Amino acid sequence: MKVSFKVNGQAREIDVPPNTLLVEVLRGALELTGTHVGCDTSQCGACTVHLDGRAVKSCTVLAPQLEGVEVTTIEGIGNSDNLHPMQAAFRECHALQCGFCTPGMIMQAIDLVEQNPGLDKQAIREGLEGNICRCTGYHNIVRAIASVAQAQPASVK
Amino acid sequence: MSDLASQAETEYQGIGAPVRRREDLRFITGDGRYTDDINQPGQLYAAFCRSPYARVRIDNIDASEALALPGVVAVYTGQQLVDDGLGDLPCGWMVKSKDGTDMMSAPHPPMAATVANYVGEPYAMVLAETVQIAKQAVELVDTDFTELNAVVDLAHASGSENIYEGIENNLAYEWALGDEDATKMAFARAAHVTTLDLTNNRLIPNALEPRACLGMYERGTGDYTLYTTSQNPHLERLVLSAFVQIAPEHKLRIIAPDVGGGFGSKIFIYSEETTVIWAAGKIKRPIKWVADRSESFLADAHGRDHITRAELAMDEMGRFTGLRVKTTANLGAYLSTFGSSVPTYLYGTLLAGQYKTPNIYVEVQGTYTNTAPVDAYRGAGRPEATYVVERIVDQAARELGKDPADLRRMNMIQPEDFPYETPVALTYDTGNYEASLDKALEMINYAGFEARQAQAAERGKRRGIGLACYIEACGLAPSKLAIQLGAGVGLYESGEIRMNPTGSVSVFTGSHSHGQGHETTFAQVVSDKLGVGYEDVEVIHGDTGRMEFGLGTYGSRSLAVGGSALIVAAEKIIEKGRKIAAHMMQAQVDQVDFENGQFTLQDSNQSVSIQEVAFAAYVPADYPDDLEPGLTEKAFYDPNNFTYPAGTHVAEVEVDLETGVVQLVDFVAVDDFGHIINPLIVDGQVHGGVAQGAGQALMEHGIYDEYGQLQTGSFMDYTMPRADDLPDFRVDTTVTPCTHNPLGVKGCGEAGAIGSPAAIMNAVTHALGNKDISMPATPEKVWRAIRGE
Repeated sequence: MKVSFKVNGQAREIDVPPNTLLVEVLRGALELTGTHVGCDTSQCGACTVHLDGRAVKSCTVLAPQLEGVEVTTIEGIGNSDNLHPMQAAFRECHALQCGFCTPGMIMQAIDLVEQNPGLDKQAIREGLEGNICRCTGYHNIVRAIASVAQAQPASVK
Repeated sequence: MSDLASQAETEYQGIGAPVRRREDLRFITGDGRYTDDINQPGQLYAAFCRSPYARVRIDNIDASEALALPGVVAVYTGQQLVDDGLGDLPCGWMVKSKDGTDMMSAPHPPMAATVANYVGEPYAMVLAETVQIAKQAVELVDTDFTELNAVVDLAHASGSENIYEGIENNLAYEWALGDEDATKMAFARAAHVTTLDLTNNRLIPNALEPRACLGMYERGTGDYTLYTTSQNPHLERLVLSAFVQIAPEHKLRIIAPDVGGGFGSKIFIYSEETTVIWAAGKIKRPIKWVADRSESFLADAHGRDHITRAELAMDEMGRFTGLRVKTTANLGAYLSTFGSSVPTYLYGTLLAGQYKTPNIYVEVQGTYTNTAPVDAYRGAGRPEATYVVERIVDQAARELGKDPADLRRMNMIQPEDFPYETPVALTYDTGNYEASLDKALEMINYAGFEARQAQAAERGKRRGIGLACYIEACGLAPSKLAIQLGAGVGLYESGEIRMNPTGSVSVFTGSHSHGQGHETTFAQVVSDKLGVGYEDVEVIHGDTGRMEFGLGTYGSRSLAVGGSALIVAAEKIIEKGRKIAAHMMQAQVDQVDFENGQFTLQDSNQSVSIQEVAFAAYVPADYPDDLEPGLTEKAFYDPNNFTYPAGTHVAEVEVDLETGVVQLVDFVAVDDFGHIINPLIVDGQVHGGVAQGAGQALMEHGIYDEYGQLQTGSFMDYTMPRADDLPDFRVDTTVTPCTHNPLGVKGCGEAGAIGSPAAIMNAVTHALGNKDISMPATPEKVWRAIRGE
């Protein structure tokens, strides 16, 4: 089936079997390998992207659901010359080690801060329940997100 | 090092600075290059047929229906690999039984050929044009099995049917260490004996990136290239060429690109990448394989899984006079690459802990069961040893009515006792255990615990506090000692430094970073030593084609061994540089000093920079006749001893009496890692290790049913620690520099996972007044214990 949608601001048209997952579309046809697959039960969050401005796990979105939507991936929120504040905070706070959970973690973090003004550390921890990190113990991830939440309580766009 | 408030990047980027990592730039922007991100035109996709039974004879494999599916290119069976002359997957560490006999290795072909011995063991590989077709085809492979009796229960494995012919009682070895008779005497004379039965729960590593590989064969040259998620590509190459005999070593290039975590599970040589690279040479097309998470659960090497009885003998004052330990260790169905060593040489040798216990005797039965092979997982033997020692010491304190910190303090090795020869083969070089204990108790506010406990009681919670004063041996490993102890290879490390003509420095290390930040920290070390700018130093690792040899990263060895190799290489650079500089300044070599990147002539104001020397070496206009051009040096560093990080971990938990939920509410770690190169990274390693230790203590458990079916086969059933399960951690360090390596470092990668399970379980048992709660202290277990069930 053919699907037309936007990825990182660019209009794309793809032709894939209807049971194709968004993460497979991103990593395959669109060659955007920053979004990762870490599990097969939608629990790890490594595949998190934004769909119409909200965080979703791209392993649970099917191709037919993409018609007309806007998807933003880690590649679309900033780059090394112009980092998104959340990306910069992750680096500043040593909130990543192997980096595999990081794109999904950052995408979830951005959504969390955008949706919840006045976020405290406990709320951050609860908001990260859908993202597993095996390396950092979450301590610095929470620190990084808290620093962004404090700096821009209203919106991070 | 405890409170790293956000700070602008410091100007000083050498040793000791909290430099922000340079590798982060690609990871935070999605430009990391993990194995599954790498693709070759025309690549095929592999999927594996895996044994659905724990122990089975493979009678016949009919792949005809699979091969008929459009898009399927080939099906290979385990028997075909054997028929093609491939050797077994070896275990590299010989362990002898106490009667002197060699360990009994179960035959371990690259894929199961005639028998399979654990659920999930691969026995055939399908190659197809897409992943979907390959997976579909796996379902179409028609296999005739004869189910055999599976041996699953570790406690009774030795009395059960032999899994392997000739391996009696399913024992690979009955190993022992220490003086049995002296220990017996200590117990006979003891004023008090504490006994404790403990289990160390099976864990499944679950690095977030699943294992993956991409194998290629170059027709014109016969060269093999394998991208794989390995912590040690050179070791993988050595094993695949010398033992499995896929190809001669010089025709095999192995590249571990960005790797998403390892924790030990990516050390070993596995069936999948072995079969993929072999098949690439047969079918002459690139082959890609990526594990599903459920395959990671089934077929990654698991960790821990011990049953132990420990006894501690004390005199009337509470001084430890003897420790006796008997452990049944699960090896799984096969001896994995290092599997034999983890419950023996990496375990028994740590049973002195931080204490002066004069008599220790340990026996370990390395036992086969029809479960996934068990091998090193963060801490590899040392968490198991610490769990035994710190749980029994705590229990002894309660039985004697002594404060747990005081009992430990009374028995601690003192600074003036170093070097301290333990009764279990190791000699600790240096340490100051009371210093970390004091600091940890102050940080947690030990004195204020009762008030916190009372306050928690008002909220309906039982609050407990637990200590673990751990020590570990890492910086694997002094070759002489390792080989004496049965290791097949010496565990030195290599480093090469190339001064480029235009002044930048290329560093090649045999270590591998899969999260540890070596690209940053090794650049700090070399920049500091050579006096060149941090930004001018690049660190290359993970590619056997670019770095001639290395033993890889595990056992907290990279800085202690790999970093030391770089220091030695840097010293050679400076030595040669001195000669070149002396010539350039028309002086004698012994009149030239080196400091901060400058070669200066004594008693003058003449100097040349190391960059000018490097240029002169490659563009030799004014150059000594007796020196070769070029400025590149390598070193192989073989440590003299293990290193011995040690410290105190303190945990506080609150137990909800109604639900049994145990919440970790505070955790303090004070560790002695010797000199600190990058405090940001060290803290991060401790955080991650503590999280894994908390996972072991409170929620993780790899469980098989009586038929050998893995019941915890996904993140639905295997509970991983998440952000809301954990508190902020409070970490700090004390420093007694390692006495025997040039950096004075001890390594920090595993310590967090070593002390924390004992600290947390001591807190849980303290809260409940019940010593028999086993790991993990799940809500159900705790709830039942509270109700006396």
